Amino acid sequence: MHVTKDLVAASATPMVLGILVQGESYGYAILKQIDEMSGGELAWTEGLLYPLLHRLERLGHIESSWHTSPGGRRRKYYRITEQGRAELAEQRRQWAAVIDALKNIWHTARELPPSAAPAAGGVT
Amino acid sequence: MTVDSDRDLEQQIDEWRAYMGRRRAVHDADVEELEDHLRATVADLVTAGLRPQEAFLVAVMRMGNLDDLSREFSRVHSERLWKQLVLAEKPDAPAPGGSRRDLLVMVGCAAAAAIGIKVPELFGAELATDDDIFYPRNFGLFALVPLAAYFALRRRVGVAVIGIMVALFTLAGFGANAYPLAEDSQSIVLTVIHLPLALWLVVGLAYIGGDWRSDRKRMDFIRFTGEWLIYFVLIALGGGTLIGMTFGVFDAIGIDVGEVIEGWLLPCGAMAAVVVAAWLVEAKQSVVENMAPVLTRLFTPLFTAALVAFLGAVLWTGKVIEVERDVLILFDLLLVVVLGLLLYAISARDPTTPPRLFDRLQLLLAVVASLIDALVLLAITGRITEWGTTPNKAAALGVNVILLANLAWTAFLLADFVRHRRPFEHLERWQTRYLAVYAAWAWTVILVFPPVFDFF
Repeated sequence: MHVTKDLVAASATPMVLGILVQGESYGYAILKQIDEMSGGELAWTEGLLYPLLHRLERLGHIESSWHTSPGGRRRKYYRITEQGRAELAEQRRQWAAVIDALKNIWHTARELPPSAAPAAGGVT
Repeated sequence: MTVDSDRDLEQQIDEWRAYMGRRRAVHDADVEELEDHLRATVADLVTAGLRPQEAFLVAVMRMGNLDDLSREFSRVHSERLWKQLVLAEKPDAPAPGGSRRDLLVMVGCAAAAAIGIKVPELFGAELATDDDIFYPRNFGLFALVPLAAYFALRRRVGVAVIGIMVALFTLAGFGANAYPLAEDSQSIVLTVIHLPLALWLVVGLAYIGGDWRSDRKRMDFIRFTGEWLIYFVLIALGGGTLIGMTFGVFDAIGIDVGEVIEGWLLPCGAMAAVVVAAWLVEAKQSVVENMAPVLTRLFTPLFTAALVAFLGAVLWTGKVIEVERDVLILFDLLLVVVLGLLLYAISARDPTTPPRLFDRLQLLLAVVASLIDALVLLAITGRITEWGTTPNKAAALGVNVILLANLAWTAFLLADFVRHRRPFEHLERWQTRYLAVYAAWAWTVILVFPPVFDFF
């Protein structure tokens, strides 16, 4: 299964904020955590994560600082701000509404067999 | 074995970093962040059993297309596509300190320049009058000693070079003040003009850190001169606006600030601007493209067309160039402009590229300018032998001969280069070595002319 790009992009902000609310972290660890949490289903790339982190920093949802990593190299850590926590709460409300709506719709749709949709190609 | 592969890995990461760092939307701090990510990925893959080389390849593949990555960055940071001159060190920039020291040195030297010009007033010299010739005589010293000090500090030049510079500045002080020149004499005007030129080349000594034998560094100084001039003019425009506004708003409430502006704002600001402009050139060296070569490209064809038209008109109509008093000065200025156009095109050119159309255009410009000047020179020499000479005429003539010699030989070298008979480097070397001629001439006018012409 492959989650589409639009869906990944739409859910990216609450995921990053949700991870950072547990404590400060850095890019690679965030990416790894998302990979584990989604069971590898979400194809996140660096090209998505780092620009997103920078955008969130600009918006004031998170802030960054450089620390020395255990290996002795400089590493950029991100931390959630108060504004970021508020944003996360808001996003959670919105996502809850979306998920609830979807659940209800799936529930009503369950009566219909999945094969009721017209088959692509058509010749059987 | 592992040492080797570690070294290979470091080398590959270095290459990757250099490749990434060339993208404008991705700053050094971002490259460092991504490098950290890359290393973490590699480390994990190595733990999982891959060899460092393989791990590196996989990590780079995972990072994806770098063009896409930098496009994403530029969408977040669109201002980065406009290169900014960063005045204050960013908190996340690596290795601060180096450029903060430069900033402090600059502020110190600029302040010293601004205060320095006011110090002689404590001892009775007057700045804002025409009667006192102390300031005009020493103007070059006030402007350029702080600048030389700035570069001496920045480049941490050796004691020997500092000794030479102090000696030359002392000599300049002697040349400017020791001779009994009347305030309306021609020699004093010549000294006022030539002293900054001579001292500018002393500043050059500090700029290149005393390594005056290096052609490459002398070319750097020529580049610096062009950029400095552009920045100084820009600062002067801003300063002019500031003065006009200040004067206007105070005038509106009936207070005349003319004295404050003339006595403080203008002289102190101008002196400080000399150092600030130099600092700007250095600070933005890697940020913005050099402007002087761009202007050169723009104006070389236009000046060539104008001069060809002029030469054509002279030949067509048979009109003789009027040998007025100021004609020599005018043609001196013309040669300076043409030389500047050639010089800055040379300074920006990659010496290894083969001759192009633009080089032929430059050759045409040099030839036409030389021909026109030769005509003027013939007319003038006749007149001088007829009427005798004065310091002004001798100086104007000397400058003209020096510039014409440079231009004629430049045309010769360019002609050879265009015909593939000579590498471009010869042209560069000729121009950078000719700086010594300008220096010798300026010092001659300052030190030798007054006694020769009986301090007239």
